[in-house]
Amino acid sequence: MTYEPLLQRAPSTKLPTFPDREGVFGGERPSYTREAPFKIHGGCGLAGICDESGKMMSGETAILAMAVQRDRGNGLGGGYAGYGIYPEFPDHFCFHMMYHDVKAKEDAEAVFDRYFVVDLAEPMPTRPVKGISNAPLLWRYFLTPEPHQLEMTDMTAEDYVVHAVMRINSQVDGAYVASSGKNMGAFKGVGFPEEIGHYFILEEYEGHTWVGHNRFPTNTPGWWGGAHPFTLLDWSIVHNGEISSYGINSRYLEQFGYRCTLGTDTEVAAYLFDLMLRRHKLPLELACKALAPPLWSEIDRMPEEEREVMRSLRAVYGSAMLNGPFAIVLGFNGGMVALNDRIKLRPLVAARQGSVLMVASEESAIREVLDAPDRVWTPRAGEPVIARISGMDWPIHGDLRLPASEVSCAMSGVEDACDAVEVA
Amino acid sequence: MPTTLIQPEFKVEIDYDKCHKCGRCVQQCGWGVYSFNERPIPDDAKCRACHRCVTYCPARCITIRKNELAFRDNPHWNTGLRKAVWRQAESGGVMLTGMGNDKPYLNIFDHLVLDACQVTNPSIDPLREPMELRTYLGRKPDSVEVEPDGNGGYKLAEGAGVSNNIVLDAPIIFSPMSYGSVSLNVHKSLAMAAEHCGILMNTGEGGLHADLYPYADHVIVQVASGRFGVNPEYLNRGAAMEIKIGQGAKPGIGGHLPGEKIVSAVSETRMIPQGTDAISPAPHHDIYSIEDLRQLIYSLKEATGYKPVGVKIAAVHNVAAIASGIVRAGADYVYLDGFRGGTGAAPQIIRDHIGIPVEVAIAVVDQRLRDEGIRNQASIVAAGSIRSSADMAKAIALGADVVAIASAALMALGCHLCQGCHTGSCSWGITTQKPELTRRIDPEWGAERLTNLIHAWSHELQEILGALGVNAVESLRGSRERLRAIGLDEQTCNVLGVKPVGL
Ligand code: SF4
Ligand code: SF4
Ligand code: SF4
Repeated sequence: MTYEPLLQRAPSTKLPTFPDREGVFGGERPSYTREAPFKIHGGCGLAGICDESGKMMSGETAILAMAVQRDRGNGLGGGYAGYGIYPEFPDHFCFHMMYHDVKAKEDAEAVFDRYFVVDLAEPMPTRPVKGISNAPLLWRYFLTPEPHQLEMTDMTAEDYVVHAVMRINSQVDGAYVASSGKNMGAFKGVGFPEEIGHYFILEEYEGHTWVGHNRFPTNTPGWWGGAHPFTLLDWSIVHNGEISSYGINSRYLEQFGYRCTLGTDTEVAAYLFDLMLRRHKLPLELACKALAPPLWSEIDRMPEEEREVMRSLRAVYGSAMLNGPFAIVLGFNGGMVALNDRIKLRPLVAARQGSVLMVASEESAIREVLDAPDRVWTPRAGEPVIARISGMDWPIHGDLRLPASEVSCAMSGVEDACDAVEVA
Repeated sequence: MPTTLIQPEFKVEIDYDKCHKCGRCVQQCGWGVYSFNERPIPDDAKCRACHRCVTYCPARCITIRKNELAFRDNPHWNTGLRKAVWRQAESGGVMLTGMGNDKPYLNIFDHLVLDACQVTNPSIDPLREPMELRTYLGRKPDSVEVEPDGNGGYKLAEGAGVSNNIVLDAPIIFSPMSYGSVSLNVHKSLAMAAEHCGILMNTGEGGLHADLYPYADHVIVQVASGRFGVNPEYLNRGAAMEIKIGQGAKPGIGGHLPGEKIVSAVSETRMIPQGTDAISPAPHHDIYSIEDLRQLIYSLKEATGYKPVGVKIAAVHNVAAIASGIVRAGADYVYLDGFRGGTGAAPQIIRDHIGIPVEVAIAVVDQRLRDEGIRNQASIVAAGSIRSSADMAKAIALGADVVAIASAALMALGCHLCQGCHTGSCSWGITTQKPELTRRIDPEWGAERLTNLIHAWSHELQEILGALGVNAVESLRGSRERLRAIGLDEQTCNVLGVKPVGL
């Protein structure tokens, strides 16, 4: 794979061209990541809600879920991702951008102009909110890859966009891509999540899936790009935890051309999902099992076919295992998955009310948002909780043979694998 | 004229007031230091400080001291160099020695420190929580291909998966040591311990004695340039095969087993006449380039129904490129032997001056294979003086899948690193074929001590993983972020991919 550099600028010329590895000490870094040159530690709160019937919910719901969990953050980061929010541009990649200054904006727009067809560029709608200050320049762009350029690179449109995102984040000083998927967007910044939600006027967006995050960084320099969710294409990740295997996870990803420049565990989780689901075409359930695998002693007791699959998964994806305490929610067009680490060291509660599946760090968030949940349960370590919207394309390979309703149950194992607490 | 200018290295002192005059020391010393005339009389010049007599003296009245003769100071012409000149002026020959490089080169392992969890992520208690060391040795696909099994689950696609890998219960195996260089009882001890511990022993280049056939699942059979003992049955008796190109103690030259060690059973196993020197050529005469290696790898696979084949090389300057070629040639693992690796006989000049540390070799090979996107295609086995579980953990963090130990294993059996292996008179009954010496090792006893060692290191590795907050060894493998260098220069840090402490 050799790619044309998307943009060359003086401060970035020292960087090797994608997908080369960076220098051992990170080499020259763009200004946003220079603010966070080390791995950021911290605790957090999160929530995810998905209506499997595809019914739209206002962003207010997500704000509500996060506001209850205010104490899980310290005002240094909050954010959301919503899906189905841009029905007027369903087939455009929507780039939510953060710019340090006008120069950064011009540089990034030079990339867009050369490599994409931009059909709409506008400032993000925001309103002044007490507690939110020092916002970067916030813009969004609805665009598609420039067909001729795309053809020359011999990549899929998705790979092309990933490449562009990596390139802008690592080489365009002061520019940061907050999200880059279709019909979705990430809204995040420094502040408590309810403040961020109101700042971005989220109540005016309607989405079928929302994820939210509240951050408690221990050593953050407090930059907007560092807030969750972290996104790539349609994937958005919110994460509570500390991935002790970060070192090998990031080195593993480098082999596949991903560059972990942000020093956050969340970035690693997003790239791993992208690698396994989109590029290796693993079924979602197995990708989750590779990230949070069962113990060998459990695998040895499995029936033969399953055992061989699990053994191979662990042997092949050992370097992808996310080791350490975490709870993550992955949102995408078509559904949502929540996952705990392999020995459940971080909180995660799930609930279902009719067609709505919700997960959160605290049950209080669920009680606040769902008036009468049918069931509330604590998912087991390493057992993914999966929501799938019926009628929507399932972007994940492997289980297309099952109708949507079966998939979400069969794969999440909701009925039998979880410690269900019947409440309704 | 004196017959030699070299004075003894050690002094054997006996406290005759305590001595029982029992003569046990005479019988225990493999090098014939003692004669007996009413009381034991040592000939200091023959002593190698192996401490066999000291250990077995019932009166505890033997002391071995350094013969501290003063020389006029001259750091440039240190004592060792002066003695070497005298010795060679006497013999006209190549100086032979045993065990690994003992020169005081910078020891990188001793300049690396590990991380631990505090507050933001919990450390894990290996006494109370599972802590997994299982390791898969061999070639792995880049991804796992599955297909629906028809019941809502998945099964492996045809030919996918890792069924050709060898499962190890701990990321540690025994290094190759040939039958002939070590005794059969040592081989038996290693094989039994490998079985107990769920790991592997390695035949080295001397073939596999029939007594070891029951342990076939825990044996790597080696194919070296001399092809001693290699036949289809031998190849099929192993869980894996290994082509030995080089060895850390003597990169660039072949094995040399003196005729005295080729006793009848060794001669049968090696398929060579009794009493002849077993000298393996420096290169394989059918491998003059990488494409030849590929042919040998696939010949071996063809002969065995596609069992894994590893390739062992000495760590030398260009090791990254060589290892990459080996992986592309189809090897299932690359065995990197650092310049401190030892055991067996080697010319001292080669042992002490050729090769690079295994720490560096692991780092550059792991990175090169990653840069080329072929890291999953082969495991890395690292050897060449892994002295403790800490060395093991650091080697794994640098990027090794598995470490291999030889010196430590022999020490478990009594070896005192006296560097006399090439003499064939090892008092501990390890590197000898003399029946009165080899019977000093009871395989049951040997296996128990080796098993203890492997278990002890495994427990310590679990403690380290727990402190790092991970519960499976694969989360340490290649995780250089968990290492820091203390007192290494920036260049070396860059080569190792490790940050200095404080960063
Ligand atoms: S060589 Fe070993 S056994 Fe012999 S005298 Fe010296 S220490 Fe004792
Ligand atoms: S073994 Fe000890 S006690 Fe016996 S003869 Fe030798 S020195 Fe004396
Ligand atoms: S094996 Fe025997 S001869 Fe070789 S160093 Fe050890 S004790 Fe000495």
